[in-house]
Amino acid sequence: MKTENQRGWLFVLPVLLLVAFNALVPLMTVVNYSVQETFGNNQFFWHGVGWFEDILRSDRFQAALGRQLFFTATILAIEIPLGVAIALAMPRKGIWVSVCLVLMALPLLIPWNVVGAMWNIFTLPDIGLLGYALNNTLGIEYNMTQSPVAAWITVIVMDVWHWTSLVVLLAYVGLISIPEAYYQAAKIDGATNWAVFRYIQLPKMKRVLTIAVLLRFMDSFNIYTEPFVLTGGGPGNSTSLLSIDLVKVALGQFDLGPAAAMSLVYFAITLAVSWLFYTLMTRDEQ
Amino acid sequence: MARIRLEKLRHSYLPAPSGPEDYALTEVDLEWMDGGAYALLGPSGCGKSTLLNIISGLLTPSEGRVLFGETDVTTLPPDQRNIAQVFQFPVIYDTMTVYDNLAFPLRNRRVDPARVDARVREIAAMLELEDWLATRAANLTPDNKQKISMGRGLVRDDVNVIMFDEPLTVIDPELKWKLRSKLKELHQAIGVTMIYVTHDQTEALTFADQVVVMQDGVIVQIGSPVDLFDRPKHTFVGHFIGSPGMNILPCEVVDGGVLFHGQHVRLEGPITRTGKRTEIGVRPEYVRLTETGIPAIVRKAADIGRHTVVEAMVGATPVSAILDDRAPELGVEVHLSFEPSQTRMYADGWIATAGERP
Repeated sequence: MKTENQRGWLFVLPVLLLVAFNALVPLMTVVNYSVQETFGNNQFFWHGVGWFEDILRSDRFQAALGRQLFFTATILAIEIPLGVAIALAMPRKGIWVSVCLVLMALPLLIPWNVVGAMWNIFTLPDIGLLGYALNNTLGIEYNMTQSPVAAWITVIVMDVWHWTSLVVLLAYVGLISIPEAYYQAAKIDGATNWAVFRYIQLPKMKRVLTIAVLLRFMDSFNIYTEPFVLTGGGPGNSTSLLSIDLVKVALGQFDLGPAAAMSLVYFAITLAVSWLFYTLMTRDEQ
Repeated sequence: MARIRLEKLRHSYLPAPSGPEDYALTEVDLEWMDGGAYALLGPSGCGKSTLLNIISGLLTPSEGRVLFGETDVTTLPPDQRNIAQVFQFPVIYDTMTVYDNLAFPLRNRRVDPARVDARVREIAAMLELEDWLATRAANLTPDNKQKISMGRGLVRDDVNVIMFDEPLTVIDPELKWKLRSKLKELHQAIGVTMIYVTHDQTEALTFADQVVVMQDGVIVQIGSPVDLFDRPKHTFVGHFIGSPGMNILPCEVVDGGVLFHGQHVRLEGPITRTGKRTEIGVRPEYVRLTETGIPAIVRKAADIGRHTVVEAMVGATPVSAILDDRAPELGVEVHLSFEPSQTRMYADGWIATAGERP
């Protein structure tokens, strides 16, 4: 018989307290707000699931959620294949490895609000390099502050520029861990380049790609700073992603109840989709 | 299937080799007969993997030619040479089933599906993998994975040669023995040329009909396991093969005979040439303890079951002997004598006595 040693709990306790104070307590405050109504004066009344019903039925929330899903799906569809392609094209040995790695890491080192500001200035039609070139040299009408399409393209291109590197680096780690013998064996087996990718490189990259997809999903689904600095959610509401809309409700209008309910729905969606991704992508591993 | 000839092969990993020390392969002329079981034996870094990769086409030699039959394949890539290679670590396609793994080389070559099926089942039966055909290859044990690697080579019936690059490194000892005999059995069953690279003499001697011993990029001897054991052409072969290896004892050449620590030693035959460094080579199996002979002090004795391995010091030179009877006590003075027909002189490492060849 093995006696259970309960002392282990003591070691977990500090972490538990830390997590409680920085995550659970704030979250419970949000839960608290989400079921109450207030008319100011710090007086609160029980409101049940009323806010949740309102949020889920509201056109505004549904539209923001739709924009958010569209954004995340688009950047995932671009960044994952592009990141893998760049990783495949990167050298595996020699002096260029470090050069490539540093170049790839650069965008990741830039603070998010700086990225937003950079792209904002970059795309200004009168003084921005890209904006000016598009409008005046190439004759393509491009103004992010007026055209929703231009705003969307800019937000997506900015995210691709900022975050594809993360996928590249993760995929590259997966690729360099493949022993040379696999490529040699594939050559001897007469495998085509596609077969090498499909049966050697992709399976070996699977774990890191799972992580890449998860990280990119969570980050892009919760994205706030960059589009906020770049477009402020406009023109109109066209690039108001969920987080931007949430901040408008919570801090702009100070509607604590609806904002709290919205946060919880938002959180639940992120959690559910992350879980779904993870389960699907690791389902055939024992 | 064809005879494989290597002509004046030299290889350097440096773009501009300046001296012989820059070459991984100094110069190799070699012919592999069709259907032979060969072992390429040598210590790590002797150039055996380089030689193997040149034959398979993963490397293009700096100089020299590789001929399969009459065709010059020196610059052909591996997939156009019809060769198969099994690597040190099992290479399997993780996401495929065992069946698909075995079928992969055939499907890549657009072999008719019915024929693929027949071959895969035949090879799976030979390798005792039938029960695993529908299993995902990733879930197998290392020895079964290595069997798949072998199977992908065997499944093609047009291969010129199957090469094994230390294939049993990651296999448990008891399974090593099993796989080795399986390999031998497969060679007899399908008769394709096999080249087995190893640094383990037991593996080489049990697998091969002909063993090629390499050192520092040079082939020092080619022969059957018995040849290598009985009459090593180079002190390296003598020392590398056998456990313990051959005694290599420094000696002086005086008047056509040799002196070891002032004692005359009889050799298998007359000395053919001499060199800067002269040594006597005699295997421990042919060293006896006698009444008279070279005086020595017993330093170590180990009972290894049916034999006793004794190490005795002649001056500062250790001499090993394998004895059938009980070991003398440590520190005792004994007299050694060498069996003349198995005692040879080596000049600068190479054999320098003439013996009657059987």
